[in-house]
Amino acid sequence: MLAGLTWLLVFQCLGEALVYLTGLPVPGPVVGMLLLFVGLRLRGAIPEALNTAATGLLQHLSLLFVPAGVGVMLHFGRVADEWAAIVAAIVVSTVLAIAGTAVAMRALVGRQAAADAPDGGSAAPPPGDREGPR
Amino acid sequence: MNAAPFTEIWVYLAGTPLLGLTLTLVAYQAGYAIYARFGFRPLLNPVLLAVLFIVAALAATGTAYRTYFDGAQFVHFLLGPAVVALAVPLAREWHNVKRLALPIAGALAAGSLLALGSAIGIAWALGASPATLLSLAPKSVTAPIAMGIAEKIGGLPALAAVFAVTTGIVGAALGKYVLDALAIRDWRVRGFALGLAAHGIGTARAFQVNAEAGAYAGLAFGLHGALAALAVPVVYWLARHWSAG
Repeated sequence: MLAGLTWLLVFQCLGEALVYLTGLPVPGPVVGMLLLFVGLRLRGAIPEALNTAATGLLQHLSLLFVPAGVGVMLHFGRVADEWAAIVAAIVVSTVLAIAGTAVAMRALVGRQAAADAPDGGSAAPPPGDREGPR
Repeated sequence: MNAAPFTEIWVYLAGTPLLGLTLTLVAYQAGYAIYARFGFRPLLNPVLLAVLFIVAALAATGTAYRTYFDGAQFVHFLLGPAVVALAVPLAREWHNVKRLALPIAGALAAGSLLALGSAIGIAWALGASPATLLSLAPKSVTAPIAMGIAEKIGGLPALAAVFAVTTGIVGAALGKYVLDALAIRDWRVRGFALGLAAHGIGTARAFQVNAEAGAYAGLAFGLHGALAALAVPVVYWLARHWSAG
């Protein structure tokens, strides 16, 4: 756990340093993630300690958003003035993004499944076989 | 216990990071307990409940956000390592990702364009100010990345974080109903759509419903974050040059 967390921090530092040195307009943790991904692909396997730390951190992911969410306190004025535009933009665009992503992916997965099994054979199960109730 | 000693103790504790940190953990676990007690109903999102509890507590005691954040920053800080940690599920799922490269790339492009374009278009049509528009642009990516993007394009990072968290809560709360209405039953597709539109909060929701949905949500969350971090500043730069020239 400790070694895994250390690796995550080391890669975040590498990402931040690279952004600082190159002036890339990209957040440091994103570069850190890409570097770690490349490292893991080169290594071929995921170290157990890293796996434990990453899983633990991602399990409590939603907790980490609470302090930023409470920051709404600082912007009550702006949000109150423009609430209709903000609420409409967030709700409608989020619903559209979920629907558009799902419809596009379902269509492309279906096409690929059909292409993978030209004789209607047993290679890839149709998407319907993976379904669940909720 | 009368009011005066309570105020005194609160002021004393608020002087240290301990109070903000404890308040965050207690409020989140209270929110989560309510969420679990009512059968993980998506509308009772634990992040939403925790934020409401904390804002109410701070407002009732007249505590400033800055004082609260002195403690809460320790939780907030972990968002950075959590973004780095996304490399792990991505590397683990890579063989599946490669096989589904085309559907994933197509869904990523469609979803991120819809999320960005519709948010800015609607807010602009309803007369939102430029600072609000620029802070809305990165709302579908996770808060730390959204803050970084807003900073790069001239939005307000703290406001961008609030919009990102709100988007995550809205997506996690409404996703099930949208996907049910469209009769989407493939867990991979359901998870991917939630992670793309509602980043980490949607991913947390997807993991609570189904492990495969969670893995694909994490994948979409990571890919969309990386794509937006690379593309939004560039698109903004091009748009400015185009409108200026």
